[in-house]
Amino acid sequence: MRRYDPRPPVGLSGETRPLSGRVQGERAVKRDSLSNWFKSGAPWVWLNAGAVSIAVIMTVGLLAVIAVRGFGHFWPADVLEARYTVPGQPAKVLAGEQVEAEQVPRARLAAAGLPVNVEGGEFMTRELLKVGNRELYGADFSWVVGEWLGDTHRPAELMVLERRDWGNFYGYLLEVRENGQPVAQGDAAWGELQGRLHRVDALYDQLQRVQKTDIGRVNHGLERLRLESRRLALQGKLDDAAQAELDAERDGWTAQYQDLENRLAELNREFDRDSLTVRTADGQEQEIRLGKIVRAYRPNAMSLPQKFAFYFAKLWEFVSDEPREANTEGGVFPAIFGTVMMTLIMAIIVTPFGVLAAIYLREYARQGPLTRIIRIAVNNLAGVPAIVYGVFGLGFFVYVLGGSLDRLFFPEAAPAPTFGTPGLLWASLTLAILAVPVVIVATEEGLARIPRSLREGSLALGATKAETLWKVVLPMASPAMMTGLILAVARAAGEVAPLMLVGVVKLAPSLPLDGNYPYLHLDQKIMHLGFHIYDVGFQSPNVEAARPLVYATALLLVLVIALLNLSAVFIRNHLREKYKALDH
Amino acid sequence: MADLHTRPLDMAALGRGKQNLRLADEAVALEVPGLNLFYGEKQALFDVALNIPKQRVTAFIGPSGCGKSTLLRTFNRMNDLVDGCRVDGQILLDGHDIYRKGEDVAELRRRVGMVFQKPNPFPKSIYENVVYGLRIQGINQKRVLDEAVEWALKSAALWDEVKDRLHESALGLSGGQQQRLVIARTVAVQPEVLLLDEPCSALDPISTLKVEELIYELKANYTIVIVTHNMQQAARVSDYTAFMYMGKLIEYGDTDTLFTNPAKKHTEDYITGRYG
Repeated sequence: MRRYDPRPPVGLSGETRPLSGRVQGERAVKRDSLSNWFKSGAPWVWLNAGAVSIAVIMTVGLLAVIAVRGFGHFWPADVLEARYTVPGQPAKVLAGEQVEAEQVPRARLAAAGLPVNVEGGEFMTRELLKVGNRELYGADFSWVVGEWLGDTHRPAELMVLERRDWGNFYGYLLEVRENGQPVAQGDAAWGELQGRLHRVDALYDQLQRVQKTDIGRVNHGLERLRLESRRLALQGKLDDAAQAELDAERDGWTAQYQDLENRLAELNREFDRDSLTVRTADGQEQEIRLGKIVRAYRPNAMSLPQKFAFYFAKLWEFVSDEPREANTEGGVFPAIFGTVMMTLIMAIIVTPFGVLAAIYLREYARQGPLTRIIRIAVNNLAGVPAIVYGVFGLGFFVYVLGGSLDRLFFPEAAPAPTFGTPGLLWASLTLAILAVPVVIVATEEGLARIPRSLREGSLALGATKAETLWKVVLPMASPAMMTGLILAVARAAGEVAPLMLVGVVKLAPSLPLDGNYPYLHLDQKIMHLGFHIYDVGFQSPNVEAARPLVYATALLLVLVIALLNLSAVFIRNHLREKYKALDH
Repeated sequence: MADLHTRPLDMAALGRGKQNLRLADEAVALEVPGLNLFYGEKQALFDVALNIPKQRVTAFIGPSGCGKSTLLRTFNRMNDLVDGCRVDGQILLDGHDIYRKGEDVAELRRRVGMVFQKPNPFPKSIYENVVYGLRIQGINQKRVLDEAVEWALKSAALWDEVKDRLHESALGLSGGQQQRLVIARTVAVQPEVLLLDEPCSALDPISTLKVEELIYELKANYTIVIVTHNMQQAARVSDYTAFMYMGKLIEYGDTDTLFTNPAKKHTEDYITGRYG
């Protein structure tokens, strides 16, 4: 065994060093290395990288949350059936999808008036079930206490009916009937039902076409005739000949309308021919017309590929169909269309205005205090709250401009307003003034970056200033203009507040673009994804059903704006490639 | 290089024969009877008077900031673009004042073309660069333009290098080719006077040599005025040389005399490299 040596350690040189001195030395080294570390700039790099990572995490997290929440909604969840026994009450059978579950303190449930046993664990489970059958139970969703559910199972025959109104139906199929006579029962009924649903779907499409397109055209024609006769009357030109001509035309339309009416009645008869009888989980029987049903499926019996097929069908319905049931079901196509349409019209208006203003400010205006003040004012315009623009749009565009247009060009429609009411044109114009400062600033920066040598080169060849602008400066500044446009689109497409005042509504009866002259109806009200989110999220009668749609719509809005921007970025990069001479 | 600057240039060594020119015998292209120029309050040219001879190369030399570029830019009124620039005096092009009221500046610049220090081709194809000035004049027939392109590029000794890629971007050319393209572009509008503002300062020696050869060729048809920092270049390419200092024209005469036997002490100091 080695003897303990109390002497301090000996260095290679043979010198002994006091212990305390070594510790001090280490501290000094540490302090040195810390200050060196600061001097090296590493903490600065870490700080910057940290800021970037936080920004990235927030962005990705935002997209992930709305994507997961929104797109999970379309998955066909399993439907469970269970006996629900509230202590002291007879048991009943529930069927539905589990939407969420949470842990709730026992005391809180007791305080809510539920007959909870005071003994036991601190928390109880509370589950939200989508039970559907609104016409029977009064609400689609129901909170239940998890501990009171018993005998939970997932019967394969349990069926979900998605209906055009009254929400989902959960229950069992008993029989399929034609004109009240049973044609199939039991297992055979399921196959029969699917076939007949296809027929009803086709009929529904025909009905929609007749109702919207054909009758819409007739109505449009009749309305035009009414306005025409009113206009002639106002001008005092409505003589017998004109009247006869109008009457003849009106008779033509009316005859067409009669035809369509008859066809519609026939279609409706066909549409209502079939029905099915169903039984709910708690044993109530009911008859449902096939025309009321969008689709019928048995989620518990579906295989994974079937579920995927169903999922994508639902997703496609969401982006391509019209909304149903106060926007809580169906799709958002009119909102997508309205958003894109409005943004495009805004872009068409804002680009020339912004570019012209920027050219004047940068190229022609004398660079003095006045120009500087105008420039500051333009920059500050970009900071004005959007709702202020909405108020301005309503007060100026809708009432003053629209009102004057109506008096000048549409006196025959009075007192009903044509342009004197919120609509697509005014919404686009309002967004255009909201976004014009962005375009001006970006274009001015682009113009300022064109090298002086190129302008001089053009002038030295005998070009005038205007020719130089047109042939050299503006093409080279076009990428900057596109940048301005991209920023303008990004700003305008996401705006909601001003739109509520100047032309966006909860449900527009038709798209602003159709087959009736003048094809693009600038006076029509439109739907908008941003407003749709607000409406579904806050104004919906069925909050639980609407919540996933809020996320799905939000994601869609982000995607639409990203798509608009990407196409503009693509054009800009193309232009940049073409005019890359800025390194001179 | 340094020792070259300590004594007057050996003109023979520059490969340039003695020419026996006399300024008084030449036809006059541009006449400057007496010119003062101000940038705001500051005077940049002081009573400059000289005649630019027709179809000869005239070089302006002098230290930086002496006003040689400013003087050059008065000849096609490029100075108009500078805020606060004011010209007092006359410049006569074919006996007719270019600073009189109502002068068509665009037309003047077509007649007096200019090539700048850095090559500045437009971000267009080689072809479109050359026809730019013609299109401005409203000439759009393809045949006329095609001929003009070939002729101008040949005049600028660039045709053989670019004839197979006329419709590719001019920005793909080398610096020297770009500068010759700019000269072709200027020549294409058939100006009477060609102003070259340090045309070789951004070029490598081989490109410089090509541009100098080009200047020598172009002299037959154009009046050329060149501003240069490089005295050897001035000696190589020019027939007449003007030495300027502090906004004043110090000495002006045929290049041989000015470089070998300068009349003024200032000039001698400069060309022997005592300052500048």
